Amino acid sequence: MASNDAEVKVLGTWSSPFVMRARIALNIKSVNHEFLQERLWEGKSQLLLNSNPVHKKVPVLIHGHHTICESLIIVQYIDEVWSSAPSILPSEPHERATARFWAAYLDDKWFPSMRAIGMAEGEDARRAAIGQVEEGLVLLEEEFGECSKGGPFFGGDRIGYLDIAFGCFLGWLRVTEKMSGIRLLNETNTPRLLKWAHGFCSDDAVKDVMPETEKLAEFAKMIKGRVKGATPRT
Amino acid sequence: MAVVKLLGAWLSPYCCRVIWALKLKAIPYEYIEEDLSVKSPLLLQCNPVYKRVPVLIHDGKPISESTVILRYIEEIWPQNPLLPSDPYEKAVALFWIKFADDKSPSISKLYRTDGEEQQQAAKECSEMLEIIEEHGLIEGKKFLGGDEINMVDIAFCSVAHWLGVIEEFAGLKILEPHKFPKLSSWIQNFKSVPVIKENLPDSDKMVALLKRRREMLLASKSN
Repeated sequence: MASNDAEVKVLGTWSSPFVMRARIALNIKSVNHEFLQERLWEGKSQLLLNSNPVHKKVPVLIHGHHTICESLIIVQYIDEVWSSAPSILPSEPHERATARFWAAYLDDKWFPSMRAIGMAEGEDARRAAIGQVEEGLVLLEEEFGECSKGGPFFGGDRIGYLDIAFGCFLGWLRVTEKMSGIRLLNETNTPRLLKWAHGFCSDDAVKDVMPETEKLAEFAKMIKGRVKGATPRT
Repeated sequence: MAVVKLLGAWLSPYCCRVIWALKLKAIPYEYIEEDLSVKSPLLLQCNPVYKRVPVLIHDGKPISESTVILRYIEEIWPQNPLLPSDPYEKAVALFWIKFADDKSPSISKLYRTDGEEQQQAAKECSEMLEIIEEHGLIEGKKFLGGDEINMVDIAFCSVAHWLGVIEEFAGLKILEPHKFPKLSSWIQNFKSVPVIKENLPDSDKMVALLKRRREMLLASKSN
């Protein structure tokens, strides 16, 4: 096993919520690490292609001579290797299962719906995507009520696995709110999440890696332009 | 003694994953077959988000989604471990389990579609198999888990059994032994493990049900 002293690097981009997960986890554990930025629009680096030959995607965690891929797997790896520092996953097995369930839900259902808002063609498609996102947020508001145990985070008093899994999407959520004119997190439907989001983004482990909404919005416009330009309309 | 119940459907590879894990660890459980056309109040209560099987109920608490269930089983009942204990090796195993989760739906798409859509599904399946053949299987090892079957082997069950059944009745040939020698060998090894062999859904029954489902799906598409 790579020793805790071995070099740690994160291969990623500043805009990717998935990359942010790895960096937040390392910050929680106070692990010194180097952030190697990929410029994906200019072509993937040889390091990325060698480290993740199956998917060729970021993030990749490089720990000594080991490479670990898939953001949630990286977070769990970090939690296990640096086990003396604050825990990220809950200690109780059923709570752990619940956290994993919701993290997978976010990746498989919720975030794709949010992306669909920006890419939707036509008002009906847009409304449908917004509806799905809002439905998901209501479920997460309820889940927060159950697992936070009165604390400011899903993990209770400290940021935990589900905070990281969900919180990394807040930058893009704010961009979506800005571009759609809809407040997805609001006092009426998601008062607890609204408060949680503020606390999460202000946390020491998060604030330096969460991109500014303006910068992300500009980036989103650029990607949309490139995607639409590249995809011929028939 | 704590009670373990499993809500499942005999045809589902995701339910088989859980059954195999429970049997490999010799955990007694009560199996409840769900009629997926009329979902029980218990299923809807236990899995309100997805309303699907499998659901494991342990000590009255439900756990949904097969991979989440497998991790839970591994943590509560560590005998006959199905994941490596070393953090890095575990991360590699989890990577392949996620790959299986992400790519396996292409296999069921094969019987749900026809024409161009089916061709696209066949292409996706082929690409998945190529990746496993090249990157997932270690030369000289019987299983994806190494010398012993583990959670990664279980996760790829759709490739081991469901793909072959669907290929046969759909008249497709994707997993050709000469193209995928390591994978073909792995399938034989996997299906020879007693717990797997004795708990695989019957191929003939599967063909009959999948054919009916396919007819219904394609009929409703053209309406």
